[in-house]
Amino acid sequence: MTPQIAIFLVLAAVAVAGAVNVILQRHPIHSALSLIVVMVALAGLYLLQGAEFIAAVQIIVYGGAIMVLFVFVIMLLNAGEEERQNLSRLARFVGVPLGVVFLLEAAYWIARASSHMAQSSPQAVSTRELSTLLFRDYVFPFELTSFLILIAILGALVLARREDSD
Amino acid sequence: MQRRSFPGECKGVAALSFKGSGGIVVPTSYYLLLSAVLFGLGVVAFVFKRNIITIFMSIELMLNAVNLAFVAFSRAFGQLQGQVFVFFVIVVAAAEAAVGLAIIIVIARNRGTLDVERVDTLKH
Amino acid sequence: MNEFAAQHPILIVALPKIVVVLFVLLTALAYLTWFERKVVAHIQARWGPYRVGPHGLLQPLADGLKFLFKEDITPAGADKFTYFLAPFLSLSLAITSIAVIPFGPKDFSIFGQSTPLAITNLNIGLLILFAITSMGVYGVALAGWSSNSKYSLIGGLRSSAQMVSYELTLTMSVVGVILMAGSFNLSEIVQAQQGFSWGFVPRWNLIGAPFPQVLGFVLFFTAAVAETNRAPFDLVEAEQELVGGFHTEYASFKFAMFFMAEYSSMITVSCLATILFFGGWLSPFPQTGAWVWTHYIPAAAFAIAGVALIIHGVRYLTMLGRVVLPVLGLVLCGLAVLFTRPGVPDFVQGPFWFLLKIAMFIFIYVWLRGTLPRFRYDRLMTFGWKVLLPLAILNVVITSLAIVWTQK
Repeated sequence: MTPQIAIFLVLAAVAVAGAVNVILQRHPIHSALSLIVVMVALAGLYLLQGAEFIAAVQIIVYGGAIMVLFVFVIMLLNAGEEERQNLSRLARFVGVPLGVVFLLEAAYWIARASSHMAQSSPQAVSTRELSTLLFRDYVFPFELTSFLILIAILGALVLARREDSD
Repeated sequence: MQRRSFPGECKGVAALSFKGSGGIVVPTSYYLLLSAVLFGLGVVAFVFKRNIITIFMSIELMLNAVNLAFVAFSRAFGQLQGQVFVFFVIVVAAAEAAVGLAIIIVIARNRGTLDVERVDTLKH
Repeated sequence: MNEFAAQHPILIVALPKIVVVLFVLLTALAYLTWFERKVVAHIQARWGPYRVGPHGLLQPLADGLKFLFKEDITPAGADKFTYFLAPFLSLSLAITSIAVIPFGPKDFSIFGQSTPLAITNLNIGLLILFAITSMGVYGVALAGWSSNSKYSLIGGLRSSAQMVSYELTLTMSVVGVILMAGSFNLSEIVQAQQGFSWGFVPRWNLIGAPFPQVLGFVLFFTAAVAETNRAPFDLVEAEQELVGGFHTEYASFKFAMFFMAEYSSMITVSCLATILFFGGWLSPFPQTGAWVWTHYIPAAAFAIAGVALIIHGVRYLTMLGRVVLPVLGLVLCGLAVLFTRPGVPDFVQGPFWFLLKIAMFIFIYVWLRGTLPRFRYDRLMTFGWKVLLPLAILNVVITSLAIVWTQK
């Protein structure tokens, strides 16, 4: 059990627990908080693989901007708790076992298919390499995404504006 | 005894690996399985939850699972294109969240409810 | 012992550093409140805390005890989990950000393990700092919402909107520095500011080539003051407007946690400002030739302070003061003598100048609070989006042009 596998298991457990908690919690704000935990755990996993810039961007953009937007909207709309729903008997006795079986089968096939993908020992990918790729080979999609963000800002502004009757 | 580099001189993740240990790292399949599990949980949340904001959050969970798979493959094949794509996915998810939440605000204002089971006037 | 240290690096190296830094940080937080009250009081032509211990030096202790013994109330209808989570989140994030800050250049060794004067030395240290700052919005937003009170909700929403808006300017204003240094690593950013142009002018980023980051510094500091919810951008915690903003319904220790988080962010921002723009732990004097005598400035400063304390203390009003103040003075004189021992001035140079610059920035923070009136909320947001952000983008454009120009 090398330290890397131990760290991976801890972060993976946190991520899965957070994702399950998103489903189990009834109040949307608690689901949002669990999702933030999942995202931070995933950022840790990116760090473990050496993608340090992506890890930082994940926390800054996803954890610090997108989820803040979610939390704001939940607060503004005063979203309340959902009523407790019980799983139907079909789901409980057929669905969940089938899901577990499917998961095990998927694990087997994934392990078999990717066994030849030997991972090199992780070295941190420097931001310089990533940005060279981004600004030379992929500069056109980059500019397009800036355009996309502008459209999104305008769309959100127009949609959420209250129609004032003059 | 293998020489470990201690946290004080950590210049990145490389410090966490055993130097010269022959590449005992986390296999790619572990990351892919975790990605599949998270994606599945996202789908379950999408299907079973009734609050529209929670459904939207499950979409973000699915996108995150896909990002993890991208980074794992990028590491496995030694190419950086995977991480560039993750960058774009994050940016597009941000734009999508903004517009989607604006739409949710409008729906909540017009229908008065955030429950998807009740926004079904097209059904009847 | 050295083999044990080699086999257990985390235990021997990282843990003592973390403990020492935490201890120093928490004490500094407590005495920062004392410092602020004294300075604001003197700006307003009054004394400030004077009775609790000599010169009010035991005031933070009294405040701490008060916070511990106050009744801890939870408002009815508050979302319990989030109500408890918010101050904890705020404080832990604020304190974690000290982990990436380098205090000095030289490595020192613990039991044979050489380690730098920082808890960690990350390649993306600056990005991690911004990540932690952007997560700090949650503490405020969740606190405001979970208190189940209209003042808290409005205060929380306004405060988080303010923090999110000024975060943009904060990150953009630093891009010029990153371009000039070529790295996100805080130690490398400081090292890129080494050297002296024309022999005696330090090449700090504020006044350095190729483009002096004066605009960047002003933008950074303004955005940081807004980001930490300090005056003049502290509308959301002003008693006159919003009762208390997002921390209205928080009592005793949870309120103290918000308090500590705010001061801790102040310290972090001061550290960042010195590292990015003022050369971090670099001395403003050149290190060669006749300037070597500047190595004894720390010793001289401590000696002067110690002697002044002794002279003032023996004629103090209360008995306690007549004992405590001269003892403090003697300790400072002892440290001054220690700094003249061979080998020590070299080591002490970096942290001394670093702490001096941080103290200057903290003083500026408190000075701003005592002097400037508050911004109104809509003017605050207009200022952030329509004035600061375009200026930050302009700074990035001009810096990049300057770099490309001088590299030809």
